Amino acid sequence: MMNKSLFPILTVVAAIMVIWYGASVGMNSKWTYDQARRANVEVSFSELVADTWAQDRPVLPAPHQVVVELYKSVVLKKVTSKRSLVFHGWITLSATFLGFVFGTGMGILLAVGIVHNKAMDMGVMPWAIASQTIPILAIAPMIVVVMSTIGATDFLGKETATAIFGYQPAFMQGLLPKAVIAAYLSFFPVVVGMVKGLRSPDHMQLDLLKTYNASKQRTFWSLRLPSSTPYLFTSLKVGMAAALVGAIVSELSASPLRGLGARMLTGSYYGQTIQIWAALFAAAAMAATLVAIIGVIQRRTLRKMGMAQ
Amino acid sequence: MIWIVSVLAFWAVAYGANVKMANSKLSHTRAIKLAVPALFGITILVVWEGLVRGLQVPTVILPPPSMIGAKIAISIPILWGDLVQTFVKGALTGYIIGCGAAVITAVLIDRSPFLQRGLLPVGNFIAALPIIGTAPILVMWFGFDWHSKAAVVVVMVFFPMLVNTVQGLAATDTMQRDLMRTYAGGYWNTLFKLRLPAAMPAIFNGLKIATTLALIGAIVAEFFGSPTRGMGFRISVEVGRLGLDMVWAEIAIAALAGSFFYGIVSLIEKGVTFWHPSQRG
Repeated sequence: MMNKSLFPILTVVAAIMVIWYGASVGMNSKWTYDQARRANVEVSFSELVADTWAQDRPVLPAPHQVVVELYKSVVLKKVTSKRSLVFHGWITLSATFLGFVFGTGMGILLAVGIVHNKAMDMGVMPWAIASQTIPILAIAPMIVVVMSTIGATDFLGKETATAIFGYQPAFMQGLLPKAVIAAYLSFFPVVVGMVKGLRSPDHMQLDLLKTYNASKQRTFWSLRLPSSTPYLFTSLKVGMAAALVGAIVSELSASPLRGLGARMLTGSYYGQTIQIWAALFAAAAMAATLVAIIGVIQRRTLRKMGMAQ
Repeated sequence: MIWIVSVLAFWAVAYGANVKMANSKLSHTRAIKLAVPALFGITILVVWEGLVRGLQVPTVILPPPSMIGAKIAISIPILWGDLVQTFVKGALTGYIIGCGAAVITAVLIDRSPFLQRGLLPVGNFIAALPIIGTAPILVMWFGFDWHSKAAVVVVMVFFPMLVNTVQGLAATDTMQRDLMRTYAGGYWNTLFKLRLPAAMPAIFNGLKIATTLALIGAIVAEFFGSPTRGMGFRISVEVGRLGLDMVWAEIAIAALAGSFFYGIVSLIEKGVTFWHPSQRG
């Protein structure tokens, strides 16, 4: 299966590259022609191509420019530098991760409550489902501002952090609002997925446990929780992607202006297109890696539990 | 103090009523199924109002629901203008273009197994990425007005829609396609009479996911620059001025618009896929 698809995938990726290079010639050519007109020179086609692939602030940077920028800002810069993508990526990652852990934890707890309490099921579940049709992300700027008004932005206050570490790590500043939004975004998909999972045992299985005279608690640990595992991993993947988006968007309004979202925003203020693309690719790589890690854990766990497909 | 005590009392009574209703014999009736979540929602609003008043929370931190309601009532023209700018012009245009393009692409891909094997994994991969990050780029390309917002929406809805449609087109089995062949139905006949109708449940699944993405895309794209109207613009400006009642009003309208949009798509789905087991249950 993998070998069969590898060639088509590579072809598609190659086609995207060709289109991208072509588009960056087309979209950046206006600037080149303008410059040439001002200097009163004619540009040949090869000069045009060379120039459009090497501009400082291109409309569409060529792929290799993005790769070079990524290399410069990931490998060459010190990780503590404010121009290092590792620095900004770590800030986004810490907010994503803290939010993800809290959001999924609360989501699982609420799902357990919903499955065991009929009043909660009928009262909360319709709202949990309806909340998925709402653009929750719109509250991000408000959460950031409200939390900074009440002074709850740092993970550990400056004094506490200094007492423990000797200094306040950069990622802790302004971490809380971002984590709250990330948690909020990953919360609802997990609730809905886990409720489905905890309900996935069928009547036969539930009846069997009843004939064993198993208590509710025993049924939960021995039947409901194990059979919800595939659903859990699916919703964890969705939740992780949502948490990352939440962290990035909340960085647009958070202070200090740090993280991958902030890189995109400052890039768009100053017309640094290559910087935006580099931040975008870093975010994409981060999302892909996080989801892939969950995927690996999922496959191992399911195989150990004898549920692998 | 009176506020807090009465709020707690209301909460206890409402919770008791919900438990009673949920465990009564009538719990499967439609009225109870609506009443329980409605009471839950009302309780949240009452507790919110009571706690904000009782604890005297400043309105720059959390305005009470009554204040938000009053703000909505007096600023309907502004809210309507923002809704038209963000939802009708930005989100809806992008939604139609993006979903349309995705369905057409899916039908084209479907003719070639090679493209299917190549494009689907790539599409699946891209659908999981934080595509919202393309917003600053597209705002630069298409300007501050609604065109850039529509472009962000197109990019956001395209891949989930593509993946769902391709899956849907694979939903028919060999028996059904063989039947079409025995009728001498050609490619187009098979496509329109068998495969597209059979793909509808999956297509509508994609359309429903895309409704939320469309609104999110249109609102967040406005955080990167917009004309002086639009929901995202109003939210970021009013947050800066600490006009939180207006922010909540916009969020309430966005939530209503989102649910309404989703509801309309579900209604159309009900009409189109009436034959599917999930709709007959």
